Amino acid sequence: MQPIPQTENQVRLKEPSLGVAQFIRSLSAIIWKDLAAELRSRELLSAMLVFALLVILIFNFSLELDAQARSTVTAGVLWVTFAFAGTLGLNRSMAMEKDRGCLDGLLLAPVDRSAIYFGKAIGNLIFMLIVEVIVLPVYSVLYSVNLFKPGLLLVILLGSIGYVAVGTLLSSMAVQTRTRDVLLPILLFPLVIPVLIAAVKGSTGFLQGAQAVDIRPWINLLIVYDVIFVAVAFMVFDYIVEE
Amino acid sequence: MMITVRKLVKRFGLKPVLRGMDFSVEPGEFVALLGPNGAGKTTFLRILSSLSRPTLGSVSIAGYSLPGQAAAVRRRLGVVSHLPLLYGDLTAEENLRFYALMYNVAHAEKRISAVLDMVGLSSRRRDLVRTFSRGMQQRLAIGRAVLHDPEVMLFDEPHTGLDQDACQMLDTVLREVAARGRTVVMTSHDLTRVADLASRFDVLSRGVITASVQRSQMDPNNLLAFYRQAIVEA
Repeated sequence: MQPIPQTENQVRLKEPSLGVAQFIRSLSAIIWKDLAAELRSRELLSAMLVFALLVILIFNFSLELDAQARSTVTAGVLWVTFAFAGTLGLNRSMAMEKDRGCLDGLLLAPVDRSAIYFGKAIGNLIFMLIVEVIVLPVYSVLYSVNLFKPGLLLVILLGSIGYVAVGTLLSSMAVQTRTRDVLLPILLFPLVIPVLIAAVKGSTGFLQGAQAVDIRPWINLLIVYDVIFVAVAFMVFDYIVEE
Repeated sequence: MMITVRKLVKRFGLKPVLRGMDFSVEPGEFVALLGPNGAGKTTFLRILSSLSRPTLGSVSIAGYSLPGQAAAVRRRLGVVSHLPLLYGDLTAEENLRFYALMYNVAHAEKRISAVLDMVGLSSRRRDLVRTFSRGMQQRLAIGRAVLHDPEVMLFDEPHTGLDQDACQMLDTVLREVAARGRTVVMTSHDLTRVADLASRFDVLSRGVITASVQRSQMDPNNLLAFYRQAIVEA
């Protein structure tokens, strides 16, 4: 073992800054760390993906639908799939922080705690979007429905942001409890009902070629929900993670 | 004083864990905080490390009060617990690089190399942490904690789960850490181990400090008797 290097007092922290630069640096570090760890383990993505594909397969075989019925139920099936797979990912993502005490490691860092929230939330959003990008073509083939419509993709993006914004906040709360696996869906699903309803209605509208004026209220609801819950999470995350 | 705690109370619901605790540490002191299970040692360290809010009382570290100036306190603290606080799917140097970014450490790569040398893990720097033994993970955890050169180090039972060889290696690192003039507070159940390391022994029992003695004022062989008496008197 080497003696401790004679660099004490030479080791300098850069000027303490709780400004935008430090916020972005910590946020990027958390996202990079989540992606790098997932690239190695593939624990979270593979679980989400297998689960999502199984759900759409089960729906495909259990619902024998004609072409008309397919366009009606497609949005519902899609969002049930995304919601269930998303919950699995949210639980796993925060459990990985908790199991080895890493959540404490993050909270001990002298950074704005909202950077931790946004870092985790953006990481979760990336994982959810990756799963959606893989699920959509598979769904298109199985159900013979064209899902690659810009409007529908916008709804999926907005719905995923709202889902992850609330989910990341609640998973950081649920992970502190012994019943975290059960607690997260119980807390999350009632709160994301507005997102799911708006996302399903908006998606159905785009799939059935509805008028823009009929779809816009649902898009607006998704945007408002996203803004409100991101703001709420920004304000309360510090209190949620502290004992 | 580097650490000053006055009339500290912590309750979980109606259950009091710390009951008006007073505690202070001079700069450069190495304090071993001893006590039975449930005495409140871990709760106390979590409050010092700003992970938990006190119910009542005042806490200040390096002149900054908690919880009001928590970010300034965190910048001056290094914490090692019985959990490694490391990511198993990242390599040793990736873990340190991540924490260097979080602490905004200047010349991070140079510092990471120096710290890996210090904890004797330079040859394993590109190995995933999940392939490390418990002892190696604990040494890397110390490396993580000293990466930003903190003035105060908190150790929460760092020997937990380590075999004899790993404990000895950890002790060597702990001595090196303390020898640099850092202020150290360490909780432990292992009296024989802390007898060689600490410069002061405090006993925490039922939420208050019941006894305190400088190592220079006591034969380390009498530490067990001192500890038992402090517990009985509580």
